[in-house]
Amino acid sequence: MNTVALSQTSAGGSPLRRFSNLLYRRPNLYLSMLLVPPLLWFGAIYLGSLLTLLWQGFYTFDDFTMAVTPDLTLANFAALFQPANFDIILRTLSMAIVVSIASAIVAFPIAYYMARYTTGKTKAFFYIAVMMPMWASYIVKAYAWTLLLAKGGVAQWFVQHLGLEPLLQFVLGIPGVGGSTLSTSHLGRFMVFVYIWLPFMILPIQASLERLPPSLLHASADLGAKPRQTFMQVILPLSVPGIAAGSIFTFSLTLGDFIVPQLVGPPGYFVGSMVYAQQGAIGNMPMAAAFTLVPIVLIAIYLTIVKRLGAFDAL
Amino acid sequence: MHSEKASLGLRIAAWGGLVFLHFPILIIFMYAFNTEDAAFSFPPKGFTLKWIGVAFSRPDVLEAIKLSLQIASIATLIAMVLGTLASAALYRRDFFGKQGISLMLILPIALPGIITGIALLATFKKLGIEPGMFTIIVGHATFCVVIVYNNVIARLRRTSHSLIEASMDLGADGWQTFRYIILPNLGSALLAGGMLAFALSFDEIIVTTFTAGHERTLPLWLLNQLSRPRDVPVTNVVAMLVMIVTMLPILGAYYLTRGGESVAGSGGK
Repeated sequence: MNTVALSQTSAGGSPLRRFSNLLYRRPNLYLSMLLVPPLLWFGAIYLGSLLTLLWQGFYTFDDFTMAVTPDLTLANFAALFQPANFDIILRTLSMAIVVSIASAIVAFPIAYYMARYTTGKTKAFFYIAVMMPMWASYIVKAYAWTLLLAKGGVAQWFVQHLGLEPLLQFVLGIPGVGGSTLSTSHLGRFMVFVYIWLPFMILPIQASLERLPPSLLHASADLGAKPRQTFMQVILPLSVPGIAAGSIFTFSLTLGDFIVPQLVGPPGYFVGSMVYAQQGAIGNMPMAAAFTLVPIVLIAIYLTIVKRLGAFDAL
Repeated sequence: MHSEKASLGLRIAAWGGLVFLHFPILIIFMYAFNTEDAAFSFPPKGFTLKWIGVAFSRPDVLEAIKLSLQIASIATLIAMVLGTLASAALYRRDFFGKQGISLMLILPIALPGIITGIALLATFKKLGIEPGMFTIIVGHATFCVVIVYNNVIARLRRTSHSLIEASMDLGADGWQTFRYIILPNLGSALLAGGMLAFALSFDEIIVTTFTAGHERTLPLWLLNQLSRPRDVPVTNVVAMLVMIVTMLPILGAYYLTRGGESVAGSGGK
């Protein structure tokens, strides 16, 4: 069937044939034809939108008339440094940092075990077992945690039956960590964040450990290093790019989230929820736009830091 | 890779980590069949299939499912076309601005969704476009492109370019080469990318919150239920459904793309 189709057109006169010859002879034309649709979409819709948004950050919002006027001002960006707003930024930033560190600590043994002690079917099993929760619905995972942490829910049942109630009460009593119940505490919110972003940390670490040549470990052992020394001085330093790559996700995703802070944890805005409230209930798009600059700048700073750690080679 | 056995502590940490990852998902499945209709008590009181029937007879649930399926299908189609074009353009040749273009494709998922969402909303408002199904699709397609792009470009890099040259040398025109050589090679990668894009779109809530207007996709419906804890059992059934729809594609995509290193004719790269 193929050969028939081929021989019919190989005579060379058809417009399609001439067109494809033209494309082959002019690779630049071919390239631009491929590139124009995605570039148009991303240039016009995505980048255009980002610029529109940032430009609106310079507009003026009148507190009395609740109207936005296109008078350019820096007041919105300056307002980010007011104590109330700056608190929100600090709260979000510290959560993002703590969540990233905790995710790395929880993820490392899983990734390490996957990379060094599993082969064939077990490796595939681990891989899928990490990928499935990563892709499983974000909103449902957050919902599952509201069920887990609810009064009379699963977490409380376990705490009661394991006799850990005094410990839980003690932890919830620590200022800055606790809250009145698990589901309204910083601790609860922190746990949900770590849970939801954990797979994003496991996979890059696993990939970086997977690339580690076994000969290095043999060399280290031959030279007399104990397993512990090999781990601390060879394996851990070489997995830093993977940890850094994973932390890009945990850091960036926590920074912009506004659903989890709304569902779990004490009242008080996050950057994401502030953006949402400013544009929605208050209708202050300029201030919302100014607030979106915060995650963009923080992520840009973060990326320059982790780039030095080799994160981009491990992505 | 190593002959020695993992220490007990490491094994507990690794397997315990897997349990931690899956426990909340199991909880959702458990509560969907719970007989109780108000609280989240544990252990559950009994087993019933009643709520599945109740959930699927609710017009608001069916509306949301229909809308989410439509949006995910159209957004996936757009993403497949744009993602394939972009990967075909970027996989081989070096040209000025190539790095910038690949960065731009990744940006919608690298930056927090809230930025994409509010940027689109600001623009739609400025252009006077009423938020609705169309604007949701535009947002979803934008961040789905990179998923397809990543899958297809990985396959293209493994496909030997000499296959394409051989096809041309044997007299096939561009379309024939595409139809009989490139497409069969890309097929499973394209399908895998499409499935993942579909799952991503079906579940997306952050960008959607801003671009949805009065429309209510399934994740938005769920979020709305959470702030008003009425009919918990129906919420649980829908949560389970969304969970399944988003988890199955990753299995499919895994089976479609695994062992791809041994593609026939993958000389060179």
